[in-house]
Amino acid sequence: MIEFSHINKSYDGVMAVSDINFRVGEGELFGLIGPDGAGKSTIFRMLTTLILPDTGTITFADKDVVKDYLYVRSNVGYMPGTFSLYPDLTVEENLDFFATLFNTTVKENYDLIKDIYVQIEPFRNRRAGDLSGGMKQKLALCCALIHKPQVLVLDEPTTGVDAVSRKEFWDMLKRLKAGGLTILVSTAYMDEATLCDKIALIQSGHILGINTPQGITDSFDKQLFTVKHPAQYQLLQILQVHFGESRVQPFGDTVHVSLVQGESEATIRELLNIEGFEDATIAEATPTVEDCFMDLMLNADGI
Amino acid sequence: MASKAIVANQLTKKFGSFTAVDRISFEVDKGEIFGFLGANGAGKTTAMKMLTGLLMPTSGEATVAGFDVYKEPEKIKKNIGYMSQKFSLYNDLTPLENIELFGGIYGMSKRAIREKSELIISKLDISEYANKLVADLPLGFKQKLSFSVAIFHDPEIVFLDEPTGGVDPITRRQFWEMIYEAADNGITPFVTTHYMDEAEYCKRVSIMVDGEIMALDTPAGLKKTFECDSMDEVFLKLARG
Repeated sequence: MIEFSHINKSYDGVMAVSDINFRVGEGELFGLIGPDGAGKSTIFRMLTTLILPDTGTITFADKDVVKDYLYVRSNVGYMPGTFSLYPDLTVEENLDFFATLFNTTVKENYDLIKDIYVQIEPFRNRRAGDLSGGMKQKLALCCALIHKPQVLVLDEPTTGVDAVSRKEFWDMLKRLKAGGLTILVSTAYMDEATLCDKIALIQSGHILGINTPQGITDSFDKQLFTVKHPAQYQLLQILQVHFGESRVQPFGDTVHVSLVQGESEATIRELLNIEGFEDATIAEATPTVEDCFMDLMLNADGI
Repeated sequence: MASKAIVANQLTKKFGSFTAVDRISFEVDKGEIFGFLGANGAGKTTAMKMLTGLLMPTSGEATVAGFDVYKEPEKIKKNIGYMSQKFSLYNDLTPLENIELFGGIYGMSKRAIREKSELIISKLDISEYANKLVADLPLGFKQKLSFSVAIFHDPEIVFLDEPTGGVDPITRRQFWEMIYEAADNGITPFVTTHYMDEAEYCKRVSIMVDGEIMALDTPAGLKKTFECDSMDEVFLKLARG
């Protein structure tokens, strides 16, 4: 459905993204995972024809996004990272406006937005600028969907959103995907990666890895252990001194330690016994996408 | 010096007929990392504005660093630090200029500012950026620098409003180590976050729902009370009702 090949983009001589290659299949939910400033928005803006790549090609349904930009524009639904509806129009007026822009009506594609729109319908006469954050987001999603696009592009839809609303948003995406829509979504929340079919991990303009979430975690080449003790900060410091900062990372109420060849659970146990942490619990762990992201970040020389 | 960093008793804020913060009561010990959680719109920002002397409560009582929120808001401001993801530093000043500006605002002597800023620049390893504009700093450095600036005047309490939003996972962890270090030095970090794993790094956590504090305990205590394996589950259980 979408293919990026050898895409480079700089702003005033400063590299934003470098040699970006990925494919998104039809009906796939593809996640671009990385921190602010990694280049996620640049990638989405090139895809949605808002800016031009310096070099490389992007195809959208086998069409070139630069040459056939009009085709892309009428077949993509884009929700930018910042709220970009008309604050002085009402909920209903915004929706009508976007439907009209694309030569359609709200009625014609209502089934597509129904599930989401019913939640904001009680406020249909309220100005968009006066909505709460969660409602703004739902309206923006409706406006991005109302022309029945083939591909939905969502730039950091869950940034600054609480854990409950984030979960609801992803449930919504799951339902849209079930309807056959191809979805590209970016996020800085690593825990959202597992909700995607395929993910690209991105940092400082470079893609560190592309795979299914399972594929990413399977490729973690070290043995991972969780260590738990009530005096977590002291535990962390002891482990960092011994194993080095890059192999010891706090995760919630535990500490993750990745072991290399020649080390085993006994290596950790011995150290903790010497340091008076006999009652710490140690268990082998399955790496998360976040473990992999950090590992790839630390091993990406010069990035 | 007060023995408690923050004491709130039945603290309430109403906007017209809407009660944004509804009789919240809690205490925060000195040097305790306190997590202030809640869904968007639960009333966290309004509560923080009252505690930082920016908004008068409708009723109830609170002291922050020993000062009364009604009578001594200016003294509160002098004794706290504040950092948020949205506003932290001036982009068109260099790191050093930012430090000097904030140090000056808090009435520190030129000498103290100079000595301490050298320490920060070398500790954060940003000497190569010392004379560049903050706008050109990588985000991770910017966040760490903002935190250093927020605690530059050795406040009693530092309010951190989603300090780690959007930063990479390694910087996010380094940032928490800075929070631990500040707490070790007697500063009380008061933190909001949407990352539930970060809630685990706090000594105690409160969860606000519709203006009220629905739960307040250690992360371990909350997990036990609500029979959950993670803070994520606790939060979902409480905030979704």
